Amino acid sequence: MDITFENVTYIYQKNSPFEHKALENLSLHIESGSYVAVVGHTGSGKSTLISHLNGLSIPTEGKVKIGKYALSENEKINDMKELRSKVGVVFQYPEHQLFEETVEKDIAFGPENFGVPKNEIKTRIQKIIPAVGLSEDLLERSPFDLSGGQMRRVAIAGVLAVKPDVLVLDEPTAGLDPRGQKEMMDMFYQLHKEQGTTTILVTHSMEDALKYADHVIILNKGTKYMEGKPEDVFVQREALNRVQLDVPEIVQFISEFNERFDTTIPFQNQSMTELAQMIQRTLKGAESP
Amino acid sequence: MNNSLIIGQYVPGTSIVHRLDPRTKITIIFFYVFIVFFANNLPSYGILILFALASTFISRVPIRFIMKGLTPVWFLIIFTFILHLFVTKEGTVIFDFWIFKFYSGGVIQGIAISIRFFLLILVTSLLTLTTTPIEITDAIEDMLRPLNKVKFPVHELALMMSISLRFIPTLMQETDKISRAQASRGVDFRTGPVKERIKAIVPLLVPLFVSAFKRAEELAMAMEARGYQGGHGRSKLRELKIEKIDILVYFVFLAVITVLLLTRTYG
Repeated sequence: MDITFENVTYIYQKNSPFEHKALENLSLHIESGSYVAVVGHTGSGKSTLISHLNGLSIPTEGKVKIGKYALSENEKINDMKELRSKVGVVFQYPEHQLFEETVEKDIAFGPENFGVPKNEIKTRIQKIIPAVGLSEDLLERSPFDLSGGQMRRVAIAGVLAVKPDVLVLDEPTAGLDPRGQKEMMDMFYQLHKEQGTTTILVTHSMEDALKYADHVIILNKGTKYMEGKPEDVFVQREALNRVQLDVPEIVQFISEFNERFDTTIPFQNQSMTELAQMIQRTLKGAESP
Repeated sequence: MNNSLIIGQYVPGTSIVHRLDPRTKITIIFFYVFIVFFANNLPSYGILILFALASTFISRVPIRFIMKGLTPVWFLIIFTFILHLFVTKEGTVIFDFWIFKFYSGGVIQGIAISIRFFLLILVTSLLTLTTTPIEITDAIEDMLRPLNKVKFPVHELALMMSISLRFIPTLMQETDKISRAQASRGVDFRTGPVKERIKAIVPLLVPLFVSAFKRAEELAMAMEARGYQGGHGRSKLRELKIEKIDILVYFVFLAVITVLLLTRTYG
Protein backbone atom coordinates (compact mmCIF):
# COMPACT_ATOMS: atom_id res chain seq x y z
CA MET A 1 0.00 0.00 0.00
CA ASP A 2 1.34 3.39 -0.96
CA ILE A 3 1.41 5.89 1.85
CA THR A 4 1.18 9.61 1.20
CA PHE A 5 1.23 12.57 3.58
CA GLU A 6 -0.11 15.78 2.07
CA ASN A 7 0.77 18.91 4.03
CA VAL A 8 0.05 17.25 7.34
CA THR A 9 0.03 19.39 10.47
CA TYR A 10 -0.74 17.87 13.82
CA ILE A 11 -1.32 19.95 16.95
CA TYR A 12 -1.51 18.40 20.39
CA GLN A 13 -4.07 19.86 22.83
CA LYS A 14 -5.20 22.58 20.50
CA ASN A 15 -6.55 25.78 22.10
CA SER A 16 -4.96 25.21 25.48
CA PRO A 17 -1.83 26.64 27.06
CA PHE A 18 -0.19 23.29 26.35
CA GLU A 19 -0.76 23.53 22.61
CA HIS A 20 2.11 21.92 20.78
CA LYS A 21 2.79 21.48 17.10
CA ALA A 22 4.19 18.00 16.56
CA LEU A 23 4.06 17.93 12.78
CA GLU A 24 4.12 20.95 10.53
CA ASN A 25 3.22 20.90 6.88
CA LEU A 26 4.76 17.48 6.37
CA SER A 27 4.53 15.90 2.94
CA LEU A 28 6.05 12.58 2.07
CA HIS A 29 5.50 9.51 -0.01
CA ILE A 30 6.28 5.91 0.85
CA GLU A 31 6.09 3.48 -2.00
CA SER A 32 4.43 0.12 -1.60
CA GLY A 33 6.96 -2.61 -0.87
CA SER A 34 9.81 -0.29 0.07
CA TYR A 35 11.89 -0.22 3.23
CA VAL A 36 11.97 3.30 4.59
CA ALA A 37 13.89 4.55 7.59
CA VAL A 38 12.60 7.58 9.46
CA VAL A 39 15.38 9.17 11.45
CA GLY A 40 15.28 12.16 13.75
CA HIS A 41 16.37 13.58 17.05
CA THR A 42 14.12 13.11 20.11
CA GLY A 43 11.02 15.27 19.72
CA SER A 44 11.31 15.54 15.96
CA GLY A 45 7.81 14.13 15.47
CA LYS A 46 8.67 10.52 14.68
CA SER A 47 6.16 9.01 17.09
CA THR A 48 3.40 11.36 15.94
CA LEU A 49 4.10 10.36 12.38
CA ILE A 50 3.65 6.71 13.34
CA SER A 51 0.31 7.30 14.99
CA HIS A 52 -0.96 8.75 11.72
CA LEU A 53 -0.14 5.58 9.87
CA ASN A 54 -2.96 3.54 11.38
CA GLY A 55 -5.47 6.18 12.28
CA LEU A 56 -4.56 6.61 15.94
CA SER A 57 -4.17 10.30 15.18
CA ILE A 58 -6.09 12.24 12.59
CA PRO A 59 -4.23 15.18 11.03
CA THR A 60 -5.29 18.59 12.31
CA GLU A 61 -4.67 19.93 8.81
CA GLY A 62 -3.82 18.13 5.62
CA LYS A 63 -4.41 14.58 4.57
CA VAL A 64 -2.91 11.12 5.02
CA LYS A 65 -3.53 8.43 2.42
CA ILE A 66 -2.78 4.81 3.18
CA GLY A 67 -3.68 2.64 0.21
CA LYS A 68 -7.37 3.26 -0.38
CA TYR A 69 -7.93 4.84 3.01
CA ALA A 70 -7.82 8.60 3.39
CA LEU A 71 -7.62 10.30 6.76
CA SER A 72 -8.23 13.98 7.35
CA GLU A 73 -10.25 16.26 9.60
CA ASN A 74 -13.34 15.92 7.37
CA GLU A 75 -13.04 12.34 6.12
CA LYS A 76 -13.02 9.98 9.03
CA ILE A 77 -13.34 6.36 8.14
CA ASN A 78 -15.72 4.18 10.07
CA ASP A 79 -13.83 0.97 9.75
CA MET A 80 -10.56 1.67 11.51
CA LYS A 81 -10.25 -2.03 12.23
CA GLU A 82 -9.77 -2.90 8.60
CA LEU A 83 -7.02 -0.29 8.26
CA ARG A 84 -5.36 -1.45 11.46
CA SER A 85 -5.33 -5.05 10.29
CA LYS A 86 -3.35 -3.91 7.26
CA VAL A 87 -0.91 -1.69 9.12
CA GLY A 88 0.88 -3.45 11.97
CA VAL A 89 2.72 -1.27 14.45
CA VAL A 90 5.47 -2.46 16.76
CA PHE A 91 5.66 0.32 19.32
CA GLN A 92 8.62 1.19 21.48
CA TYR A 93 8.97 -1.39 24.24
CA PRO A 94 6.12 -3.49 22.84
CA GLU A 95 6.46 -5.95 25.75
CA HIS A 96 4.43 -3.46 27.80
CA GLN A 97 1.33 -4.46 25.89
CA LEU A 98 1.37 -8.13 26.96
CA PHE A 99 -1.56 -9.10 29.15
CA GLU A 100 -2.84 -12.60 28.43
CA GLU A 101 -2.36 -15.69 30.59
CA THR A 102 -0.25 -17.56 28.07
CA VAL A 103 2.12 -16.59 25.31
CA GLU A 104 -0.05 -18.33 22.75
CA LYS A 105 -3.19 -16.43 23.74
CA ASP A 106 -1.32 -13.14 23.60
CA ILE A 107 -0.01 -13.75 20.11
CA ALA A 108 -3.49 -14.83 19.03
CA PHE A 109 -5.10 -11.70 20.48
CA GLY A 110 -4.52 -9.45 17.46
CA PRO A 111 -5.58 -11.91 14.75
CA GLU A 112 -8.67 -12.86 16.80
CA ASN A 113 -9.71 -9.22 16.99
CA PHE A 114 -9.38 -8.94 13.24
CA GLY A 115 -11.47 -12.06 12.70
CA VAL A 116 -8.83 -14.52 11.52
CA PRO A 117 -10.20 -18.10 11.85
CA LYS A 118 -8.90 -20.16 14.78
CA ASN A 119 -7.09 -22.89 12.83
CA GLU A 120 -5.48 -20.27 10.60
CA ILE A 121 -4.17 -18.50 13.71
CA LYS A 122 -2.70 -21.80 14.92
CA THR A 123 -0.77 -22.36 11.70
CA ARG A 124 0.43 -18.76 11.69
CA ILE A 125 1.73 -19.11 15.25
CA GLN A 126 3.56 -22.32 14.31
CA LYS A 127 5.42 -20.39 11.61
CA ILE A 128 6.06 -17.20 13.54
CA ILE A 129 7.46 -18.73 16.72
CA PRO A 130 10.71 -19.97 15.14
CA ALA A 131 10.93 -16.85 12.95
CA VAL A 132 11.10 -14.52 15.97
CA GLY A 133 13.55 -16.85 17.69
CA LEU A 134 11.33 -18.40 20.35
CA SER A 135 10.91 -22.06 21.14
CA GLU A 136 7.55 -23.75 21.05
CA ASP A 137 7.55 -24.92 24.66
CA LEU A 138 7.13 -21.27 25.70
CA LEU A 139 3.64 -21.11 24.21
CA GLU A 140 1.93 -22.36 27.35
CA ARG A 141 3.95 -20.18 29.73
CA SER A 142 2.79 -16.86 31.13
CA PRO A 143 4.36 -13.97 29.22
CA PHE A 144 5.27 -12.37 32.54
CA ASP A 145 7.59 -15.25 33.42
CA LEU A 146 9.79 -14.64 30.40
CA SER A 147 12.95 -12.59 30.14
CA GLY A 148 12.80 -9.07 28.71
CA GLY A 149 14.13 -10.16 25.34
CA GLN A 150 11.69 -13.05 25.09
CA MET A 151 8.79 -10.78 26.01
CA ARG A 152 9.81 -8.43 23.21
CA ARG A 153 9.80 -11.34 20.76
CA VAL A 154 6.34 -12.44 21.91
CA ALA A 155 4.97 -8.93 21.45
CA ILE A 156 6.47 -8.68 17.97
CA ALA A 157 5.07 -12.10 17.12
CA GLY A 158 1.67 -10.76 18.17
CA VAL A 159 1.93 -8.00 15.56
CA LEU A 160 3.31 -10.25 12.84
CA ALA A 161 0.55 -12.82 13.38
CA VAL A 162 -1.89 -10.31 11.87
CA LYS A 163 0.12 -10.48 8.62
CA PRO A 164 0.04 -6.75 7.93
CA ASP A 165 0.85 -5.31 4.50
CA VAL A 166 2.65 -2.44 6.14
CA LEU A 167 4.90 -2.99 9.14
CA VAL A 168 5.82 0.01 11.25
CA LEU A 169 8.71 -0.45 13.66
CA ASP A 170 9.35 2.14 16.35
CA GLU A 171 12.83 1.51 17.74
CA PRO A 172 12.15 -2.22 17.80
CA THR A 173 15.52 -3.19 19.22
CA ALA A 174 15.93 -0.57 21.96
CA GLY A 175 17.25 -2.20 25.12
CA LEU A 176 18.14 -5.55 23.55
CA ASP A 177 21.63 -7.02 23.62
CA PRO A 178 23.70 -6.55 20.42
CA ARG A 179 23.12 -10.07 19.18
CA GLY A 180 19.39 -9.87 19.80
CA GLN A 181 19.33 -6.54 17.97
CA LYS A 182 20.97 -8.00 14.91
CA GLU A 183 18.77 -11.10 14.88
CA MET A 184 15.66 -8.99 15.16
CA MET A 185 16.64 -6.55 12.43
CA ASP A 186 17.63 -9.40 10.11
CA MET A 187 14.28 -11.04 10.75
CA PHE A 188 12.39 -7.90 9.75
CA TYR A 189 14.56 -7.52 6.68
CA GLN A 190 13.92 -11.09 5.63
CA LEU A 191 10.20 -10.58 6.05
CA HIS A 192 10.44 -7.49 3.89
CA LYS A 193 12.33 -9.37 1.19
CA GLU A 194 10.20 -12.52 1.24
CA GLN A 195 6.70 -11.15 1.70
CA GLY A 196 7.23 -7.73 0.17
CA THR A 197 6.04 -6.08 3.38
CA THR A 198 6.28 -2.31 3.23
CA THR A 199 8.50 -1.59 6.20
CA ILE A 200 8.85 1.71 7.99
CA LEU A 201 11.64 1.73 10.53
CA VAL A 202 11.82 4.58 13.03
CA THR A 203 15.22 4.66 14.60
CA HIS A 204 18.06 6.58 16.15
CA SER A 205 20.55 4.17 14.72
CA MET A 206 22.14 5.48 11.54
CA GLU A 207 23.84 2.11 11.14
CA ASP A 208 20.52 0.28 10.92
CA ALA A 209 19.04 2.88 8.60
CA LEU A 210 22.05 2.58 6.31
CA LYS A 211 22.13 -1.19 6.39
CA TYR A 212 18.49 -2.00 5.74
CA ALA A 213 16.61 0.92 4.26
CA ASP A 214 16.40 1.84 0.61
CA HIS A 215 15.01 5.27 1.38
CA VAL A 216 15.73 7.58 4.32
CA ILE A 217 13.60 10.43 5.64
CA ILE A 218 15.13 12.76 8.19
CA LEU A 219 12.73 14.66 10.40
CA ASN A 220 13.47 17.78 12.36
CA LYS A 221 10.98 19.72 14.48
CA GLY A 222 8.00 18.12 12.79
CA THR A 223 9.08 18.84 9.23
CA LYS A 224 10.98 16.90 6.62
CA TYR A 225 14.60 17.96 6.80
CA MET A 226 16.20 15.64 4.23
CA GLU A 227 15.16 12.71 2.13
CA GLY A 228 16.78 10.34 -0.32
CA LYS A 229 18.85 7.22 -0.75
CA PRO A 230 20.89 6.30 2.33
CA GLU A 231 24.21 6.65 0.50
CA ASP A 232 23.26 10.17 -0.62
CA VAL A 233 21.82 11.36 2.68
CA PHE A 234 24.40 9.95 5.04
CA VAL A 235 27.41 11.64 3.45
CA GLN A 236 26.09 15.12 4.24
CA ARG A 237 27.84 15.41 7.54
CA GLU A 238 27.35 19.12 8.27
CA ALA A 239 23.66 19.02 7.48
CA LEU A 240 23.17 16.02 9.74
CA ASN A 241 25.22 17.48 12.58
CA ARG A 242 23.04 20.57 12.47
CA VAL A 243 20.06 18.48 13.61
CA GLN A 244 22.09 16.57 16.22
CA LEU A 245 22.58 13.48 14.12
CA ASP A 246 25.82 11.71 13.33
CA VAL A 247 26.87 10.05 10.12
CA PRO A 248 27.19 6.24 10.28
CA GLU A 249 30.54 4.89 11.48
CA ILE A 250 31.60 3.67 8.05
CA VAL A 251 31.05 7.10 6.50
CA GLN A 252 32.92 8.68 9.38
CA PHE A 253 35.76 6.22 8.86
CA ILE A 254 36.03 6.82 5.12
CA SER A 255 36.13 10.58 5.47
CA GLU A 256 38.78 10.41 8.20
CA PHE A 257 40.78 7.93 6.17
CA ASN A 258 40.62 10.12 3.09
CA GLU A 259 41.77 13.09 5.09
CA ARG A 260 44.72 11.35 6.69
CA PHE A 261 45.99 9.48 3.62
CA ASP A 262 44.99 12.10 1.11
CA THR A 263 42.89 9.61 -0.85
CA THR A 264 39.46 9.87 -2.46
CA ILE A 265 37.68 6.68 -1.62
CA PRO A 266 33.97 7.23 -2.32
CA PHE A 267 31.15 5.99 -0.11
CA GLN A 268 28.81 3.74 -2.07
CA ASN A 269 27.15 1.88 0.76
CA GLN A 270 29.78 -0.81 0.39
CA SER A 271 30.30 -3.63 2.87
CA MET A 272 33.26 -3.82 5.23
CA THR A 273 35.03 -6.35 2.99
CA GLU A 274 34.50 -4.27 -0.12
CA LEU A 275 35.82 -1.23 1.68
CA ALA A 276 38.89 -3.15 2.84
CA GLN A 277 39.59 -4.21 -0.73
CA MET A 278 39.16 -0.65 -1.99
CA ILE A 279 41.58 0.61 0.61
CA GLN A 280 44.08 -2.06 -0.34
CA ARG A 281 43.84 -1.13 -3.99
CA THR A 282 44.18 2.59 -3.32
CA LEU A 283 47.18 2.23 -1.06
CA LYS A 284 48.94 -0.13 -3.45
CA GLY A 285 48.20 2.18 -6.36
CA ALA A 286 49.73 5.07 -4.43
CA GLU A 287 52.96 3.15 -3.83
CA SER A 288 53.70 2.15 -7.40
CA PRO A 289 54.48 5.05 -9.71
CA MET B 1 -5.75 11.97 25.95
CA ASN B 2 -8.73 13.36 27.78
CA ASN B 3 -7.73 16.65 29.31
CA SER B 4 -11.09 18.31 29.67
CA LEU B 5 -11.07 18.22 33.46
CA ILE B 6 -8.59 20.81 34.62
CA ILE B 7 -8.55 20.06 38.34
CA GLY B 8 -4.96 19.24 39.11
CA GLN B 9 -3.44 20.78 36.02
CA TYR B 10 -0.83 23.40 36.66
CA VAL B 11 -0.42 26.34 34.30
CA PRO B 12 3.05 27.83 34.75
CA GLY B 13 3.19 31.56 35.38
CA THR B 14 4.78 34.31 37.40
CA SER B 15 1.73 36.25 38.58
CA ILE B 16 1.17 37.26 42.20
CA VAL B 17 -1.24 34.37 42.58
CA HIS B 18 1.44 31.97 41.38
CA ARG B 19 4.06 33.40 43.70
CA LEU B 20 1.96 33.42 46.87
CA ASP B 21 2.98 30.99 49.57
CA PRO B 22 0.91 27.84 49.01
CA ARG B 23 -0.10 27.88 52.69
CA THR B 24 -1.61 31.32 52.18
CA LYS B 25 -3.58 30.08 49.21
CA ILE B 26 -4.82 26.97 51.00
CA THR B 27 -5.83 28.93 54.12
CA ILE B 28 -7.69 31.53 52.11
CA ILE B 29 -9.50 28.94 50.04
CA PHE B 30 -10.40 27.01 53.19
CA PHE B 31 -12.08 30.05 54.69
CA TYR B 32 -13.51 31.17 51.38
CA VAL B 33 -15.36 27.87 51.13
CA PHE B 34 -16.88 28.62 54.53
CA ILE B 35 -17.93 32.17 53.89
CA VAL B 36 -19.48 31.38 50.54
CA PHE B 37 -22.31 29.88 52.58
CA PHE B 38 -22.70 33.09 54.60
CA ALA B 39 -23.62 35.24 51.64
CA ASN B 40 -27.33 35.82 51.32
CA ASN B 41 -27.92 39.06 49.45
CA LEU B 42 -26.70 40.98 46.46
CA PRO B 43 -23.80 42.94 48.00
CA SER B 44 -22.49 39.94 49.93
CA TYR B 45 -22.49 37.79 46.79
CA GLY B 46 -21.03 40.74 44.94
CA ILE B 47 -17.97 40.93 47.14
CA LEU B 48 -17.37 37.17 46.84
CA ILE B 49 -17.69 37.24 43.08
CA LEU B 50 -15.43 40.29 42.93
CA PHE B 51 -12.77 38.50 44.97
CA ALA B 52 -12.92 35.34 42.86
CA LEU B 53 -12.90 37.14 39.53
CA ALA B 54 -10.15 39.53 40.62
CA SER B 55 -7.95 36.58 41.67
CA THR B 56 -8.61 34.86 38.36
CA PHE B 57 -7.77 38.02 36.48
CA ILE B 58 -4.56 38.60 38.43
CA SER B 59 -3.48 35.00 37.93
CA ARG B 60 -3.42 35.55 34.15
CA VAL B 61 -4.66 32.01 33.54
CA PRO B 62 -6.50 32.27 30.20
CA ILE B 63 -10.26 32.58 30.85
CA ARG B 64 -11.01 30.42 27.84
CA PHE B 65 -8.95 27.65 29.37
CA ILE B 66 -10.73 27.86 32.73
CA MET B 67 -14.12 27.83 31.03
CA LYS B 68 -13.21 24.80 28.97
CA GLY B 69 -12.09 23.01 32.12
CA LEU B 70 -15.37 23.83 33.83
CA THR B 71 -17.48 22.17 31.12
CA PRO B 72 -18.09 18.95 33.07
CA VAL B 73 -19.23 21.05 36.03
CA TRP B 74 -21.69 23.19 34.08
CA PHE B 75 -24.00 20.23 33.90
CA LEU B 76 -24.04 19.99 37.70
CA ILE B 77 -24.66 23.71 38.08
CA ILE B 78 -27.55 23.72 35.62
CA PHE B 79 -29.01 20.58 37.16
CA THR B 80 -28.98 22.18 40.62
CA PHE B 81 -30.65 25.27 39.23
CA ILE B 82 -33.44 23.30 37.60
CA LEU B 83 -33.92 21.18 40.70
CA HIS B 84 -34.46 24.33 42.75
CA LEU B 85 -36.81 25.71 40.19
CA PHE B 86 -39.09 22.73 40.57
CA VAL B 87 -38.75 21.93 44.23
CA THR B 88 -38.61 25.23 46.12
CA LYS B 89 -42.06 26.61 46.91
CA GLU B 90 -41.41 30.03 48.41
CA GLY B 91 -42.35 33.54 47.41
CA THR B 92 -44.90 34.33 44.76
CA VAL B 93 -45.88 32.29 41.74
CA ILE B 94 -44.29 33.91 38.71
CA PHE B 95 -45.05 31.36 36.07
CA ASP B 96 -47.76 28.75 35.79
CA PHE B 97 -47.48 25.98 33.28
CA TRP B 98 -49.63 22.84 33.17
CA ILE B 99 -49.12 21.12 36.54
CA PHE B 100 -45.95 23.09 37.38
CA LYS B 101 -45.86 26.28 39.34
CA PHE B 102 -42.60 28.21 39.38
CA TYR B 103 -42.04 30.39 42.41
CA SER B 104 -39.87 33.49 42.62
CA GLY B 105 -38.13 31.92 45.62
CA GLY B 106 -37.15 28.97 43.48
CA VAL B 107 -35.52 31.15 40.85
CA ILE B 108 -33.61 33.17 43.43
CA GLN B 109 -32.53 30.07 45.35
CA GLY B 110 -31.50 28.38 42.13
CA ILE B 111 -29.37 31.31 41.04
CA ALA B 112 -27.82 31.65 44.50
CA ILE B 113 -26.86 27.99 44.75
CA SER B 114 -25.50 27.97 41.21
CA ILE B 115 -23.34 30.98 42.00
CA ARG B 116 -22.01 29.29 45.12
CA PHE B 117 -21.20 26.20 43.16
CA PHE B 118 -19.47 28.16 40.47
CA LEU B 119 -17.43 30.20 42.96
CA LEU B 120 -16.31 27.14 44.90
CA ILE B 121 -15.13 25.36 41.81
CA LEU B 122 -13.54 28.44 40.28
CA VAL B 123 -11.52 29.22 43.40
CA THR B 124 -10.41 25.67 44.09
CA SER B 125 -9.37 25.06 40.50
CA LEU B 126 -7.50 28.35 40.65
CA LEU B 127 -5.44 26.83 43.45
CA THR B 128 -4.40 23.82 41.41
CA LEU B 129 -3.96 25.91 38.27
CA THR B 130 -1.48 28.24 39.92
CA THR B 131 0.24 25.92 42.40
CA THR B 132 2.37 22.91 41.56
CA PRO B 133 1.28 19.67 43.24
CA ILE B 134 4.62 19.59 45.05
CA GLU B 135 3.98 23.02 46.55
CA ILE B 136 0.56 21.91 47.71
CA THR B 137 1.96 18.82 49.39
CA ASP B 138 4.73 20.84 51.03
CA ALA B 139 2.14 23.24 52.35
CA ILE B 140 -0.09 20.47 53.67
CA GLU B 141 2.85 18.78 55.34
CA ASP B 142 3.77 22.05 56.99
CA MET B 143 0.24 22.83 58.07
CA LEU B 144 -0.30 19.37 59.54
CA ARG B 145 2.98 19.41 61.44
CA PRO B 146 1.30 19.91 64.86
CA LEU B 147 -0.23 16.45 64.42
CA ASN B 148 3.27 14.99 64.77
CA LYS B 149 2.82 15.45 68.51
CA VAL B 150 0.10 12.80 68.55
CA LYS B 151 2.34 10.43 66.53
CA PHE B 152 0.49 11.04 63.30
CA PRO B 153 2.86 10.20 60.39
CA VAL B 154 2.64 13.59 58.69
CA HIS B 155 5.79 13.23 56.63
CA GLU B 156 4.89 9.77 55.35
CA LEU B 157 1.44 11.00 54.43
CA ALA B 158 2.90 13.93 52.53
CA LEU B 159 5.36 11.65 50.79
CA MET B 160 2.57 9.33 49.72
CA MET B 161 0.63 12.28 48.42
CA SER B 162 3.50 13.70 46.45
CA ILE B 163 4.40 10.32 44.99
CA SER B 164 0.86 9.69 43.87
CA LEU B 165 0.54 13.19 42.45
CA ARG B 166 3.86 12.81 40.70
CA PHE B 167 2.74 9.60 39.03
CA ILE B 168 -0.68 10.71 37.83
CA PRO B 169 0.68 12.15 34.57
CA THR B 170 3.01 9.18 34.17
CA LEU B 171 0.15 6.75 34.56
CA MET B 172 -1.96 8.76 32.16
CA GLN B 173 0.80 8.65 29.57
CA GLU B 174 1.17 4.95 30.17
CA THR B 175 -2.58 4.44 29.72
CA ASP B 176 -2.44 6.41 26.52
CA LYS B 177 0.49 4.40 25.25
CA ILE B 178 -1.02 1.02 26.06
CA SER B 179 -4.43 1.88 24.70
CA ARG B 180 -2.76 2.94 21.45
CA ALA B 181 -0.84 -0.31 21.29
CA GLN B 182 -3.97 -2.37 21.93
CA ALA B 183 -6.03 -0.30 19.52
CA SER B 184 -3.42 -1.15 16.90
CA ARG B 185 -4.01 -4.81 17.72
CA GLY B 186 -7.68 -4.37 16.95
CA VAL B 187 -9.21 -3.49 20.32
CA ASP B 188 -12.08 -1.08 19.94
CA PHE B 189 -12.52 1.15 22.99
CA ARG B 190 -14.93 3.62 21.45
CA THR B 191 -17.69 1.77 19.67
CA GLY B 192 -19.53 -1.51 20.01
CA PRO B 193 -21.87 -2.97 22.62
CA VAL B 194 -21.22 -2.13 26.28
CA LYS B 195 -20.26 -5.71 27.09
CA GLU B 196 -17.55 -5.69 24.44
CA ARG B 197 -16.25 -2.36 25.60
CA ILE B 198 -15.98 -3.56 29.19
CA LYS B 199 -14.07 -6.59 27.96
CA ALA B 200 -11.77 -4.25 26.04
CA ILE B 201 -10.59 -2.79 29.36
CA VAL B 202 -8.79 -5.97 30.41
CA PRO B 203 -5.96 -5.62 27.85
CA LEU B 204 -5.54 -2.08 29.13
CA LEU B 205 -5.70 -2.70 32.89
CA VAL B 206 -3.41 -5.73 33.13
CA PRO B 207 -0.36 -4.06 31.54
CA LEU B 208 -1.10 -0.89 33.50
CA PHE B 209 -1.04 -2.73 36.82
CA VAL B 210 2.05 -4.68 35.89
CA SER B 211 3.95 -1.52 35.02
CA ALA B 212 2.67 0.33 38.10
CA PHE B 213 3.95 -2.40 40.40
CA LYS B 214 7.25 -2.55 38.58
CA ARG B 215 7.59 1.20 38.80
CA ALA B 216 6.80 1.20 42.52
CA GLU B 217 9.47 -1.40 43.13
CA GLU B 218 12.04 0.55 41.13
CA LEU B 219 11.18 3.75 42.94
CA ALA B 220 11.54 2.10 46.35
CA MET B 221 14.90 0.72 45.32
CA ALA B 222 16.09 4.07 43.97
CA MET B 223 15.00 5.85 47.15
CA GLU B 224 16.84 3.38 49.36
CA ALA B 225 19.92 3.58 47.15
CA ARG B 226 19.95 7.32 47.72
CA GLY B 227 19.75 6.85 51.47
CA TYR B 228 16.14 7.68 52.16
CA GLN B 229 15.19 6.68 55.70
CA GLY B 230 12.10 8.66 56.47
CA GLY B 231 11.34 12.14 57.63
CA HIS B 232 13.63 12.46 60.64
CA GLY B 233 16.24 15.15 60.25
CA ARG B 234 15.53 15.62 56.59
CA SER B 235 16.15 19.13 55.36
CA LYS B 236 14.09 20.72 52.62
CA LEU B 237 15.07 21.89 49.19
CA ARG B 238 12.26 24.41 48.99
CA GLU B 239 11.68 26.34 52.19
CA LEU B 240 8.25 27.88 52.48
CA LYS B 241 8.38 31.52 53.49
CA ILE B 242 5.64 34.01 54.24
CA GLU B 243 6.45 37.24 52.38
CA LYS B 244 5.05 40.75 52.59
CA ILE B 245 2.72 40.01 49.72
CA ASP B 246 1.18 37.12 51.69
CA ILE B 247 0.45 39.40 54.63
CA LEU B 248 -1.10 41.91 52.25
CA VAL B 249 -3.30 39.24 50.69
CA TYR B 250 -4.41 38.10 54.14
CA PHE B 251 -5.48 41.67 54.93
CA VAL B 252 -7.37 41.96 51.66
CA PHE B 253 -9.14 38.71 52.43
CA LEU B 254 -9.96 39.87 55.97
CA ALA B 255 -11.47 42.98 54.44
CA VAL B 256 -13.57 40.79 52.14
CA ILE B 257 -14.84 38.81 55.15
CA THR B 258 -15.62 42.02 57.04
CA VAL B 259 -17.56 43.52 54.15
CA LEU B 260 -19.41 40.25 53.72
CA LEU B 261 -20.38 40.03 57.39
CA LEU B 262 -21.47 43.65 57.42
CA THR B 263 -23.59 43.49 54.30
CA ARG B 264 -25.30 40.15 54.71
CA THR B 265 -28.79 40.23 56.20
CA TYR B 266 -29.35 38.62 59.55
CA GLY B 267 -32.36 37.03 61.09
